[in-house]
Amino acid sequence: MTLTLYGTEVTSRLLLGTARYPSPAVLQRAIAASGTEIVTVSLRRESGPDRAGQAFWSLIREAGVHVLPNTAGCKTVKEAVTTAQMARELFQTDWIKLEVIGEDDTLQPDPFGLVEAARILCTEGFQVFPYMTEDLIVADRLLAAGCEVLMPWGSPIGSGRGLNNVYALRTLRAHFPNVPLVVDAGIGLPSHAAAAMEFGYDAVLLNTAVAKAGEPEQMARAFAQAVVAGRVAFLADPMEARDMAAPSTPVVGRPFSARD
Amino acid sequence: MKVEVVGCGVAGLCAATTFAERGCEVRVVSKSNGPDASCCSWWAGGMLAPWCEMESAEPLIGILGAESMVFWHRLELKPVANGTLVVAHSRDLPDLRQFSRRTTNWDWFDGAAVADLEPDLAGRFSNGLFFSGEAHFHPRDVLELLFARLEALGAKIEVGRGMSTEELAGDPRDADWRIDCRGLAARDVLTDLRGVKGEMLVLETDEVSLSRPVRLLHPRIPVYIVPRGDNRFMVGATMIESDERDRATARSVLELLSAAHAVHPSFGEAEIVEIGVDARPAYPDNLPRLRQRDRTIFINGLYRHGFLAAPALARRAADWVLEGKQFDGAVDTVHGDWRAA
Repeated sequence: MTLTLYGTEVTSRLLLGTARYPSPAVLQRAIAASGTEIVTVSLRRESGPDRAGQAFWSLIREAGVHVLPNTAGCKTVKEAVTTAQMARELFQTDWIKLEVIGEDDTLQPDPFGLVEAARILCTEGFQVFPYMTEDLIVADRLLAAGCEVLMPWGSPIGSGRGLNNVYALRTLRAHFPNVPLVVDAGIGLPSHAAAAMEFGYDAVLLNTAVAKAGEPEQMARAFAQAVVAGRVAFLADPMEARDMAAPSTPVVGRPFSARD
Repeated sequence: MKVEVVGCGVAGLCAATTFAERGCEVRVVSKSNGPDASCCSWWAGGMLAPWCEMESAEPLIGILGAESMVFWHRLELKPVANGTLVVAHSRDLPDLRQFSRRTTNWDWFDGAAVADLEPDLAGRFSNGLFFSGEAHFHPRDVLELLFARLEALGAKIEVGRGMSTEELAGDPRDADWRIDCRGLAARDVLTDLRGVKGEMLVLETDEVSLSRPVRLLHPRIPVYIVPRGDNRFMVGATMIESDERDRATARSVLELLSAAHAVHPSFGEAEIVEIGVDARPAYPDNLPRLRQRDRTIFINGLYRHGFLAAPALARRAADWVLEGKQFDGAVDTVHGDWRAA
């Protein structure tokens, strides 16, 4: 059941964001309850120059999990690349979750900036986790640029809408069967996470759904269970859905099926 | 009983006031020349909103807040008791519903009721939550009033006196107890304190009039606007996990201004009278605490609940020192065993 991302093996297929919790203490409890082994951290908001956010980072480090810094809030290639470089220095990791935001309302990725930034960062030795839409061509370009993991959105960041375009997510899964795929953004309920795992996604990343729940620790536990449930179900080869409205055997009282 | 209070922010001034009113000989020592911009309380919003805060804060804050309201209403400078109005734009209505589910003591207002309450917001919001029991005041006026009252209460004041690390590390030399209210400066001793940076603005315009604080809910940039009189409005505040006490960023100011504009476009023509920044002292769970080390009690970690919690914490500190009463929750130890013999 282990998942390998850029050579690092983890058991938990739930990744957790660390923004917008009521307090660091609640965040620590949520991390513990979720069983996650990878958390994302937003460098831009939570620090000024001179490592001014040290206390917060220490609290996260105490949780003993892998840190995946992100370039949240970055809108240009230059911003994203600079943020990634700062993050590498601060957190001593080559991992970077790459967000290049194209639009303030939906916070959707700018696919052109994303691919360009990915290309630059991969060349500089970063291990890039790109936040993308479900576009197959963008996926292709990101892999060509050197990414080995893809993170398509479920729905806009923080919207809690779940999986907006299941068809597109399934298509992406089918087209890239050997690439670790992580659904990232828009997850609101454990059932959304379970659904993504059921049709074969490798992991799920979420933040708001836990941070903004009334009881983040409990919600984190629920998500942990959902991700496991979805993964186990996928491996157990689920039954196919049938159209029960079209009977295949004679209905009692009628000698012939309606189709004859 | 001689008590030395270090710091003249809201925590120190409430502590000094409480101990003086209970008959102690109080001396306030402050590095600054009285309440001023070097102190976090200076930048506060001045809202007394225990019920609104319950949306995100632990129940202890509601308890401390309700108790503190009594102290504030007792002062000569009474808070303006016009309640708080919480609004959201129609796309963020789910946030307003969620806010109502997580709080109490509100009335749900439709558009007409919002317009009745705040005529300048007529037609701008089709729903609102009105917390009628809440209040607001001008924090700087209150700090100055508390400071001025201390001398009438018989307290001595030593301003412009920064105490050395050595002095602060030991027991008070010329007092029975020290109440250390230094805020983030006490990190040298209270090692699990961190700063949470906040940026705020004061705008001035005569084109908008509000009678009470208005909180605008938003997934990324929630903001509150507090009327200060004289056509001035405090707009706040960011919450950034950083201990920077200066350097208001363009992004933060842009967000605050955008949010103010979203509440009422006339704020677009307002003059920016002030841009303020400081870092709130906070413990990991964002709850305030009393801590004891020998004959010093540290009141700290008030985070964004300075005015809301300071009087209640001062009362607990006085009960502790004068009556030996300890309280669970707001109290824990940092050094050794505080239990009375």
